[in-house]
Amino acid sequence: MSSPTPAASTATASLRVGVDLVATQAVAQSIASFGDRYLQRIFTAGELADSTTEQGEPSTLKLAARFAAKEATLKVLRPDHRWYDWRSIEVRKAGSGWAELHLHGEAAMQAEAQGLRSFSLSLSHECEYAIAVVIGSA
Amino acid sequence: MELSFRFATRPTNSYQMTIDDSIRKVLKDHANLSVDALTVAEDADLYKNGMTSQTGVNVMLALEGAFDFEFPDTMLNRSVFQTIANIRAAVQKLTEKN
Repeated sequence: MSSPTPAASTATASLRVGVDLVATQAVAQSIASFGDRYLQRIFTAGELADSTTEQGEPSTLKLAARFAAKEATLKVLRPDHRWYDWRSIEVRKAGSGWAELHLHGEAAMQAEAQGLRSFSLSLSHECEYAIAVVIGSA
Repeated sequence: MELSFRFATRPTNSYQMTIDDSIRKVLKDHANLSVDALTVAEDADLYKNGMTSQTGVNVMLALEGAFDFEFPDTMLNRSVFQTIANIRAAVQKLTEKN
């Protein structure tokens, strides 16, 4: 009996899904330890603007959701051990309030190489955890 | 073969020992490992011992602070942070440049 054929990991795909869960406390610790160095290194200016509380403080819930989105996107793009600049994977709020994924630089190039042209994103957060699901399709 | 590899990647001088001490302190403070960062084998997979992408970012930033350099994008590679030996090699490469 032949063994089942594994799903292609690096070949082009018509549909891929990635999911990631982030503890909001971990993001809070990162901000407490590294402050702006962490924020500026991981998030775009737009993401930081979208993740600011009414008091002008970074929202760890929203930032954790965005970090989860970046990690979920990496699971869709499947780079060879490569991370990319975290800011090349960007979450933007659409006019309606829904989140959209935008890829730049190497992340965009990897998506093209993988044959993935369209991405859908869903975010959720609740107290201690934030989760993101990303679907990439040809 | 395994013995010779382990010996070859073990700290061999005081400079290397200092680097290793600093790396292990960073891991202890920021990696949230499930094992003791001060004694874990230098070729142990840190991701398999509890380091996540999120804590990996903290490790990267803490190493930059400890050694006063910035990891270039070309080194933002999961394997660079996978073991203490790999981190040491990256630190040595970046500090030799400065």
